[in-house]
Amino acid sequence: MNLSSAARGRLTIAASFAAALLLAIVPGPDWAEPFRPEWVGLVLIYWCMATPQRVGVGVGWSVGLMLDVLYGSLLGQHALAKALIAYLTVRFHTQLRMFPRWQQAASVLVLVAINHLLVLWAKALASEAPVGWSYWTPSVVSMLVWPWLFVILRDIRRRAKLA
Amino acid sequence: MVDLASWSTRTPPNLVRLVFVALLSIGLMMLDHQGEHLAKIRSALSIALYPFQAVATVPTRTGAWLIEFFRGDRAMREDYEKLRADRPLLLAKLQKYEALEAENVHFRRLLNAAERVSERALVAELLQVGPEPFTRKLVITKGGQHGVYLGQPVIDAFGIMGQVTEVDPYTSRVTLITDPSHAIPVQVNRSGLRAMVFGTGQDAVAVRYLTALADIQVGDLLVSSGIGGGFPAGYPVARVSHIDNDPNEAFLAVDAEPVARLGHNKEVLLIWPGSAAKPPAKK
Repeated sequence: MNLSSAARGRLTIAASFAAALLLAIVPGPDWAEPFRPEWVGLVLIYWCMATPQRVGVGVGWSVGLMLDVLYGSLLGQHALAKALIAYLTVRFHTQLRMFPRWQQAASVLVLVAINHLLVLWAKALASEAPVGWSYWTPSVVSMLVWPWLFVILRDIRRRAKLA
Repeated sequence: MVDLASWSTRTPPNLVRLVFVALLSIGLMMLDHQGEHLAKIRSALSIALYPFQAVATVPTRTGAWLIEFFRGDRAMREDYEKLRADRPLLLAKLQKYEALEAENVHFRRLLNAAERVSERALVAELLQVGPEPFTRKLVITKGGQHGVYLGQPVIDAFGIMGQVTEVDPYTSRVTLITDPSHAIPVQVNRSGLRAMVFGTGQDAVAVRYLTALADIQVGDLLVSSGIGGGFPAGYPVARVSHIDNDPNEAFLAVDAEPVARLGHNKEVLLIWPGSAAKPPAKK
């Protein structure tokens, strides 16, 4: 197909978000639930860091709203959390790009934990907060997944000639 | 190492936009929490995002199909034989049950007590397990078109599973008794003690606000008390598995295992309890 490069870029980003949303809702065994990385958050962080002029607060909010609908959670709670981490990532994207990989992963841990904290607050206000420390394992798993996801998304970005 | 040339450095850090969407989100959450104001928006978005849900269930459906396929003829025949053997037994029990029910109605009438109507029930298939981590919800294949209503009790062959919390035209969402937002009034079957069972987000449920003197033991069966009118009385809910009496705490810490097989069902039963009966519009 002869798409303009801008359209191809948008398509690539949309496809990666679609894949992340799918990975977020694919059913798995119960014991594996706490080990599911925050796929949508990770993909959002990547694009905000790599292409802040394309992906930012607005995209983060929309994707979060989709997640709210798919999860059947209170409308707006994931949207707010995703908008905030998009803002923080765009704000600090130059630093994040220069970090060595492990330091980047540590920053991702902080961002994803902020995301989970906001969702937890929203749930607690509606008195439906989950009990137990296992709520925080997805943040740690997301940090461990980050270096690999980063490499994959970077390849995709280069192939789509996205900047 | 880092390919700097291809990284854009034009930055629009947009605090104004963040504040705007934050206020919008908080407004949405408040409206959504208050009640049904956003039901239309939510169901429109749900329909738009239905392809995601459909694609997400492909792996499990394929898996189930493959298992059936490779289990083969013999296993299926064994299942069939077993079901056939069970059937006369169950029918015999049912006969006895019907006789008992008739007798029961008769006695109640003699006692001038309200006649307890047997509940109408409808089988719904499980479409999807609620995907959000640390919540316990199900999506089932019956909705408003089938007469499903908000707060409707959902049971399986063993006990109460939860209640309907979102009704769409052809599907609905069920919040299980293990979900952190769920609570159900119960009674200890042995002693008649009334209590509340709360979901925790884990596999167990918690019985809260019981003092050290409460007559409750490990192994006690908790049945729905019917108080509040949401759930019909007398259905098994959970069995007490652990009691911790810490003198520093005001209340006992009581854990219980749900009786319903929350993680194993492919079909669930929707029931219309006696007084709140709204007959299904369509079968």
